[in-house]
Amino acid sequence: MDKVIIAENLSLSYKEFETIISKASFSIDAGSFVFITGASGSGKSTLLKSLYGAIEPRGGQLVVGGVKMNRISTSKLNFLRRHVGIVFQDYKLIKEWTIEKNVMLPLIISGYTKEVSDPQVQKLLGHVKLSHQAGKYPPELSGGEQQRVAMARALAHNPILILADEPTGNLDEYSSEVIWNLLEGANTQLKTTIVVVTHRIPSSISVPYKHFHIEMGNIHEIA
Amino acid sequence: MKSLKNHISLIVALFTVLFAVQIYVAVDRTIKAYETRLKNDYSIIVVANKTLSPDEFKAMDSIIDRSEPIATDQVLQRLQGEMSKKNLELLKLTLPKFYRIYLSRFPTPEEISKLQKRLQKNSSIQRVEGYAQTHDTVYKLMLLFKDVVQIFSIAIAAVTSLLILKEMRLWQFQHAERMSIMALFGAPVWLRSAVLFRLAIVDAIIATIVVCIAFFVIEENGWMDLLLNTVGITIDLFDFLQDGIRSLIIALSVSIILTMTIVIGNDEEE
Ligand SMILES: Nc1ncnc2c1ncn2[C@@H]1O[C@H](COP(=O)(O)OP(=O)(O)OP(=O)(O)O)[C@@H](O)[C@H]1O
Ligand SMILES: [Mg+2]
Repeated sequence: MDKVIIAENLSLSYKEFETIISKASFSIDAGSFVFITGASGSGKSTLLKSLYGAIEPRGGQLVVGGVKMNRISTSKLNFLRRHVGIVFQDYKLIKEWTIEKNVMLPLIISGYTKEVSDPQVQKLLGHVKLSHQAGKYPPELSGGEQQRVAMARALAHNPILILADEPTGNLDEYSSEVIWNLLEGANTQLKTTIVVVTHRIPSSISVPYKHFHIEMGNIHEIA
Repeated sequence: MKSLKNHISLIVALFTVLFAVQIYVAVDRTIKAYETRLKNDYSIIVVANKTLSPDEFKAMDSIIDRSEPIATDQVLQRLQGEMSKKNLELLKLTLPKFYRIYLSRFPTPEEISKLQKRLQKNSSIQRVEGYAQTHDTVYKLMLLFKDVVQIFSIAIAAVTSLLILKEMRLWQFQHAERMSIMALFGAPVWLRSAVLFRLAIVDAIIATIVVCIAFFVIEENGWMDLLLNTVGITIDLFDFLQDGIRSLIIALSVSIILTMTIVIGNDEEE
């Protein structure tokens, strides 16, 4: 099976003599569904950052989507990012853009015409139950609503890989269910690889999944 | 609105640059016009004891454009009643020839004295009158005026460019969050900074239009023309085609170059 992510002795840190992740080796198969858990401050968001190239490996090797992340060039990184959908822990919506345009962002970047992107955006806003908020701006939405916009944006361009950082952290039971269904749908229908950071694995999950746990700088799989 | 305020400060700054450049151009144009006027008016009177052809004059100094004999007939005619025909003929023969010499450009005082010396070397030339002093003072004043204005224009343009750079830093700061989010989704630099460039281009166009309007008002008003007419000059203060296009090109290059400086300087996010 193809690997979407391969890490060998991967070390991550922000400063020189500090380690967040230390010599971790793991791989993630294409089309798989992966949960990452760990205590607050254990390095879950840091690991995701390395997967979309926001921080470089301090040591070891990291390959994402066939692209080596060590000393990656800007153009290669941009290319990779156009095929990844990210849900950030702090959402990172563009304040001065409408909800609609925010969801459209990955489609704009990939150069899709309005005829293609408009129906796609409407469909996704429907999926996250926000069609009625399309013309509003992010600061006018509740935290949970913003989180759902971020999810719609991550799905917009049918990425090969979705990285989601606590995508249901601010949501009630019902809205969380909507999000898990969307991720499962992308995984089963589009064979999208899903990597989700969460505090609690939902009991409703119906697809086979893998579970990695981060503790003391180590990443180990829980069977 | 904050964004409107940003627009206005950039437009005002660009306008100032364009205005300074245009003043520089207009002063240059005025001096040139004044020089041609001086050149056309300026002539040297030569008194010779024999007939000299235009070519002979031209051979004496390359600055000489053409020569015209000053007719003495009129003077002689006036004497007709008072003198006998024979005496008049005699006078006509002994009377020196007068010439007015025009130059190809407005001479410097040195050129005049050099020319005078050269002309006087010719044995048939008796006297040369250069009128150097009178023209010289006004002209020197104008040159001084030109230098002062040009130094001022350059200083204004330089200071304002720095202001624009600062203004754009502010923009960059305001747009930084959006630009970094776009980068996280793989937007190339040009796409991330498209908004900055769009703002810069729009403001450059607006500034150019405002400059056109300002000079249109000044020209319609007529007081500049009046002022220039008193020294006998008519110039086009603002040529809407030539100067308008130059202004647009300057405004666009200034704003685009400064935007590029900022975008390149802040290429890496996070
Ligand atoms: N930009 C940064 N610069 C320096 N240190 C950082 C930075 N971001 C995070 N850290 C540190 O790295 C460690 C791991 O942070 P990280 O955000 O990965 O934790 P997390 O597992 O996502 O926690 P949470 O569940 O609270 O989101 C923390 O000790 C944090 O203080
Ligand atoms: Mg985190």
